[in-house]
Amino acid sequence: MLTVLVDGVASGMLLFVLACGLSVTLGLMNFVNLAHGAFGMAGGYLCVVLLNQHGVPFIPAVAAAALFAAALGFVLERTLYRQLYGRDHLDQVLFSIGLVFVMSAVVDWLMGARQQLITLPAWLQGRWDFGFMTVGVYRAFLIAVCGAIVLALHLGLVRTRFGARLRAAVDDAVVARGLGIPVTRIFGVTFALGSGLAGLGGALGVEVLGLDPTFPLKFMVYFLIVVAVGGANTIVGPFLAALLLGVVDVAGKYYVPQVGAFVIYTAMVVLLLVKPHGLLARGAAR
Amino acid sequence: MSAALRFALQALFWGGWAGAYFALPEYLPLLAQIAIIALFVLSLDLLVGYAGFVTLGHAAFFGLGAYAAGILAQQGWGEPISGLLFGAAVAALVGLLTAPLVLRGGDLTGLMVTLGIAMMLFEAANRMAWLTGGADGLQGVEMWEIFGVWRFDLFGRTAFVYSLTVLFLLYLLARLIVSSPFGLALRGIKGNRRRMEALGTPVRARLVAVYTLSAAYAGIAGALLAQTTQFVSLDVLDFHRSADALLMLVLGGMGSLYGAMLGAIVFMVAHHALSELTPQFWQFWIGIALIALAIAGRGGMLGLAGRLLARWGGR
Amino acid sequence: MSTAVLETDGLTRHFGGFTAVDKVSLSLSAGARHALIGPNGAGKTTFVNLLTGALSASAGTVRLLGQDVTALPQHKRIKRGLARTFQINQLFAELTPLEAVSLAIAEREGLSARWWKPLSAHAAIAAEARALLDGLRMPAADAASATAGLPYGRQRLLEIALALALKPRVLLLDEPAAGVPPSESREILDSIAALPREVAVLLIEHDMDLVFRFAERITVLAQGAILAEGEPAAIAADPRVKEAYLGEAAHG
Repeated sequence: MLTVLVDGVASGMLLFVLACGLSVTLGLMNFVNLAHGAFGMAGGYLCVVLLNQHGVPFIPAVAAAALFAAALGFVLERTLYRQLYGRDHLDQVLFSIGLVFVMSAVVDWLMGARQQLITLPAWLQGRWDFGFMTVGVYRAFLIAVCGAIVLALHLGLVRTRFGARLRAAVDDAVVARGLGIPVTRIFGVTFALGSGLAGLGGALGVEVLGLDPTFPLKFMVYFLIVVAVGGANTIVGPFLAALLLGVVDVAGKYYVPQVGAFVIYTAMVVLLLVKPHGLLARGAAR
Repeated sequence: MSAALRFALQALFWGGWAGAYFALPEYLPLLAQIAIIALFVLSLDLLVGYAGFVTLGHAAFFGLGAYAAGILAQQGWGEPISGLLFGAAVAALVGLLTAPLVLRGGDLTGLMVTLGIAMMLFEAANRMAWLTGGADGLQGVEMWEIFGVWRFDLFGRTAFVYSLTVLFLLYLLARLIVSSPFGLALRGIKGNRRRMEALGTPVRARLVAVYTLSAAYAGIAGALLAQTTQFVSLDVLDFHRSADALLMLVLGGMGSLYGAMLGAIVFMVAHHALSELTPQFWQFWIGIALIALAIAGRGGMLGLAGRLLARWGGR
Repeated sequence: MSTAVLETDGLTRHFGGFTAVDKVSLSLSAGARHALIGPNGAGKTTFVNLLTGALSASAGTVRLLGQDVTALPQHKRIKRGLARTFQINQLFAELTPLEAVSLAIAEREGLSARWWKPLSAHAAIAAEARALLDGLRMPAADAASATAGLPYGRQRLLEIALALALKPRVLLLDEPAAGVPPSESREILDSIAALPREVAVLLIEHDMDLVFRFAERITVLAQGAILAEGEPAAIAADPRVKEAYLGEAAHG
């Protein structure tokens, strides 16, 4: 029971790292980015290639995955995404689905459709036995790393000048520009940061969530739930939503495997209905 | 565009279908599928193009109609027309029941709830293999003759004529609906919901009505596919189907019934022509097309043709 | 009181801790020419939204034609004879004025659920829409082209036309001439002056010329509450009003 809980917390934290960039683009910037998972996929694949084909150690490979996804996000934001800010949701939906299709097709062409496997370094393998429960070393590692990221994000967005500027830019881009805030650059950097975190999550998640070309579509719903249920104004909301989702998902697969992902989709719909404005508190006020 | 030209183009469109029957006998099964998908995109157009409600889960209704008609025939009632109506009724009922949920929040919530419901149905169909055949697909769909006369033949002649006839009749009905006061009210809701409310329109009731109507149309399209192929696979509920339909709609031009049908035709023909190539290749170019359409604006092919005609006519 | 067509009693609306409309009691008699004025942020538009039901009231009641409509949704209040215009245009960019007015008429006639007959078969609607726009001196060419391309003054006129098409008993005009250059405002002012006498009008307005020309009774709103109410001459002489509002205008 406790083991399932720990596994659930680990995958929930991973989901948060993957999805938190989306909570900014979708939640704050009101951009329907269904392609968010594609950055996670990009990071995951880069990590796999570095590990398996070039013998790069695990930690540098994961870091490179995050940087690669961030760079990809930055370039795409500058060239394509920014053209669709403020356009209606259908345009954004079409665009981001198109992006998912293109990136999935490229990955499929380069790497094939099969699940990617990695071998974790020895120091991350095995389990610790506490007598009353056992904890996978890698799960504990995930919880530590993701926990540190959550803390850093929380402090970063709430306390720093960048956080204040981002919130100003999102609230009213025109006024923020008038105040001399470099809105365009802030959006670009934020997007890159979100994409980079997704890439990091994708790389860390190869072992836990799996990785194949359908990754962006398969986890799209998970990311949307995190954002929709968690709301957009804090780090804490999406974080709790991700934890809940991770625990429910792992417990569902463990205890009632015959219903599979049905639990998650049902949970999403129900939560959206109970809390339809978790995400939309801002949109409705306009 | 003058009325005569408009009529001529429409006659050309439907005449083209009829001509294809004689000119391309070996392609009849494909043509039947194109007509079915055209009907599906038409159903999406009523909701997205006219009423302005974006859905990510329209395949849910296509799949419901397909499974409803397929299972009915598999269980021993193979009469096609009542099967179509059954498919429409099941899809419409689910549409009616889910419409309040889908319309509850804002449009972002609506996007996600439609997606979530479609995903739920996909998983449900996948897990309920005893009813749907699961990942192996629904086998043993046996259809009777249409009106007791026309048997579904191996060459797809009956399937084609049947699908095309249903498409034509439902197109006529859709044309009537979009030109009615109800249709104008839908365009009003798309154009400015706040003003419609201030005009005294029960906006939510209108949206529920068009959502249900659109679901019924999609259900008939799905039922047609199940009946003409005598098989239902899980991909009737796939997310790809919803996304492809949006692409076809935008490709052809939203808010115009011919745009919806043309988009479906072009997409399906291109898909067939490129299917010799690897599937990744197709998916890649579909993605590029979506990105280009989203960035370049959504007049679609009909919008483009209209602009060309206007320039040509203006000379 | 029996002649009041629109009446509020203690109407209040909070947004969080902020009270936008504070216990406003206002009464419009049949055929009234009533103006609601007040400085920016006084809560005038919120008050209109409470009247139509676009916002729900935190407290108080709204009575329309003698019946309590506080609990009714917007569309049901409209059906009972209430209509409004918007301070910021709320039009249908892709429809022509003729189509838009036809839409409003069809709605008034309860035909907007009718799907089995094309609009073109309802000849009376088209004729009425044309007559209404003619009456407002909207040129025929403009009436048949897409709204998005019309000059701003014509769009303002269409705002009013859409409300008139509902044949309301009570009409709420939210700054009808806002933003219209003087060269284009004539048609709008004329159309307001020519409103049928049986329609009760509540005019929310900034332009004091228009208010004093049009209104027979004036209510002054400040910080969400009624500051003064009375005949135009009395309001003009009221020192409190001068301080709260006219003074501000004089400085501006």
